Amino acid sequence: METRTLDTLSRHQTAVVTALHSDGAERRRMMDLGIVPGTAIRVEMVSPLGDPVAYLVRGSVVALRREQAAKIEITLQPAEETQP
Amino acid sequence: MMAEPAAATPDDLIKQAEALRSAVGADFHDDLMLSIYTDAARIADHAVTREGAARGRFYLDRTIDRLVTSRVWGFPMMLFMLLAVFWITITGANVPSQMLGDFLMGAVYDALHSVAQALSFPWWLAGFLIDGVYLATAWVVSVMLPPMAIFFPLFTLLEDLGYLPRVAFNLDRLFHKAGAHGKQSLTMMMGYGCNAAGVVATRIIDSPRERLIAIITNNFSICNGRWPTLILMGTIFIAATAPPALASFIAATSVVAVAVLGIFLTLAVSWFLSRTWLKGEASTFSLELPPYRPPQILKTLYTSIIDRTLIVLWRAVTMAAPAGAVIWLLGNVTLDGVSIGEHLVNLLNPVGLLFGLNGVILVAYIVAIPANEIVIPTILMLTMMVGGSSMVQPGVMLELESNTEVYNVLVGMGGWTLLTAVNLMLFSLIHNPCSTTILTIWNETKNLRWTAMAVFLPLALGFGVTFLTANVARLLGLV
Amino acid sequence: MTVHTTTSHACETCPLGTNAQLIRLGINVEGWNYVVALAGNPNTGKSTVFNALTGLRQHTGNWPGKTVTRAEGGFLYQDERFKLVDLPGTYSLLSSSLDEEVARDFILFGQPDVTVIVVDATRLERNLNLVLQILEITDRVVVCLNLVDEAERHGMTVDDRALARDLGVPVIPTVARRGEGIPELLAAIHEVASGAYKARPHRINNHNPALAQAIDTLAAQIEARFEGLPNARWVAMRLLDGDERILEAVRSGELGILARGAQPVGSALQQEAA
Repeated sequence: METRTLDTLSRHQTAVVTALHSDGAERRRMMDLGIVPGTAIRVEMVSPLGDPVAYLVRGSVVALRREQAAKIEITLQPAEETQP
Repeated sequence: MMAEPAAATPDDLIKQAEALRSAVGADFHDDLMLSIYTDAARIADHAVTREGAARGRFYLDRTIDRLVTSRVWGFPMMLFMLLAVFWITITGANVPSQMLGDFLMGAVYDALHSVAQALSFPWWLAGFLIDGVYLATAWVVSVMLPPMAIFFPLFTLLEDLGYLPRVAFNLDRLFHKAGAHGKQSLTMMMGYGCNAAGVVATRIIDSPRERLIAIITNNFSICNGRWPTLILMGTIFIAATAPPALASFIAATSVVAVAVLGIFLTLAVSWFLSRTWLKGEASTFSLELPPYRPPQILKTLYTSIIDRTLIVLWRAVTMAAPAGAVIWLLGNVTLDGVSIGEHLVNLLNPVGLLFGLNGVILVAYIVAIPANEIVIPTILMLTMMVGGSSMVQPGVMLELESNTEVYNVLVGMGGWTLLTAVNLMLFSLIHNPCSTTILTIWNETKNLRWTAMAVFLPLALGFGVTFLTANVARLLGLV
Repeated sequence: MTVHTTTSHACETCPLGTNAQLIRLGINVEGWNYVVALAGNPNTGKSTVFNALTGLRQHTGNWPGKTVTRAEGGFLYQDERFKLVDLPGTYSLLSSSLDEEVARDFILFGQPDVTVIVVDATRLERNLNLVLQILEITDRVVVCLNLVDEAERHGMTVDDRALARDLGVPVIPTVARRGEGIPELLAAIHEVASGAYKARPHRINNHNPALAQAIDTLAAQIEARFEGLPNARWVAMRLLDGDERILEAVRSGELGILARGAQPVGSALQQEAA
């Protein structure tokens, strides 16, 4: 399994969060949205200008700017679709 | 376990907490959140059953989302939505506006004058009440009520459907580049209803720097009070340049163009501020895109007509009545045989013309500081006062039942050109906020400097832009 | 206070009767018997529930951050006057942003008699984050499981009984915009407010034993200092997290007031901080 950051995930790919590299208020906000290690996350849609990207997390769709996504470490899920 | 003293003092407690805190380390928060989510996931798993079938809605939502945020269709669809909203507003409001005008400025106006005559009111009292207070009010109602009663429900439908967060999602990159907070696009959209509400809504922005930017630029969102001015100018001046079949479409396009210019100015001024007086990087944010909700059409119609349309109308009427009185006095109190209004208009006319506007428009914007809703009635009454005769004749406003006649008055008596109309639209977008909004900005910032900037920056910009268009138009020989 | 009055009409005694016993009082919140706080994630239909209960028409746009300030309204149910306070929508109470502080301070220091948490049935897991946090502060909670029609349309069924068992507080499924479930919600609010319902609230299972022990140790001391404090565990967690506001409340003895008002009658501290 390959480790990388969330901003490198492409459309409709699913991954699992492994670590958060942000801190302070931003880290807390990510966690409030349900982005904690172990959370499955998937790219739902990309803004017309390429940034931000909206992710499906715990049943809701949340848009993050690229710089925030770059601070979230993930591992790719196996190819098959596991997302409900 | 530690020994438990019967009742530690608060200071002991705090010391104890500090000691434990350094012992458990900095990961406490993370661990807690992880624990909460582990529990939440278990409980949710326990309670929720998902059927394989009946997932049509989920895919429909996702499909709509992919379309409205798509690289190719995202922006065209936003423009199309805006255009559709204004096209429906403009075409739909035409007939009812005319009918209301016929009724309020025809039948009711005549009846009021007969009553005044029967009661043998002195001329000044009848004039003050009927030609001043009543006419201005009637004008505001017949011009504003129909478009507002169409525009607000449409806008509320888009809002309830969940489209606005998608717009924020599409525009975010631009706000990011402008050094602004991502939530500013949401407060901007609040401003389309009312700038004072938009300014209050900036409380959702945590960073003081970005909040100030959002407050100062909120004025570039066209508020309720300004839509009617734009719609009227678009309808009678801009649409007149197009073949009749395209008239409503051109009128709608011109209004949308001003709205889009407003968004552009919001971004440009935000960019400028975040590189000068309000330096800093855009802070991070996250935006949830809620699921689409099928709007309840009847309920939306009801609440948006009652809550928004009538409230806005009431505010306009309460402003229009005293404004009507002021205008009547301006027209009828004379100094050296010339009315005060005419003195003022003549004084400001050279300045106005320099900016492709005129004295009447400038006086109207001074009278309309409490509320932009009364700009148009003020302009019309002043134009007839100054251009028609030195005094308003009872019955003159009777001529204003239809848009064509408004056009004739402005062009014939006021000497308006296409440039005047375009610049009025521009100035309507770019000028000082109304007094309610200024007061709100003061309350929210408690800072004289930022409040002053929020007032004078757009005003200066407005004069700059209108000066530029006036001179370019003159240079190109368009006027 | 009397809960039951004898009357011949079955509807009037049956808590699930109709909305007929609900009298919406709009913004009139004079002389209330109970204070009810309305909490929830943004976009869960919180304002719709508020409107359904009070008869007010707070605008409910479908986008986050709509309710910035607190709104208040009132209603009369079973001869009791309820004051309803609509708190800003928040995902959590732990991040100390302005809206979270307003919500947190009201639930903690305002000591509402009931806190209704509006939960989006389509996004239950994320919404439970807030529910579990509030349950650590107060057990006088009613969960309003809203948007169950949306959940169905998305092919999801939420077992409200299982949820109520796991959370230990009443869970009422509703479709607030159509008024479905509002009578049941009212009955539950009344039961919790009058003390007729005994909650067995879920406690967060800290998976890290060292942390769990630290919380227990501190909580025991807090309980010893502030006898009768209903949420010592939560205060301990906040202190371990370095929450300045709570630290200040310990230092100034403000927490003591909460301890004395252990049977919240809503009057202890009406004015919330900030």
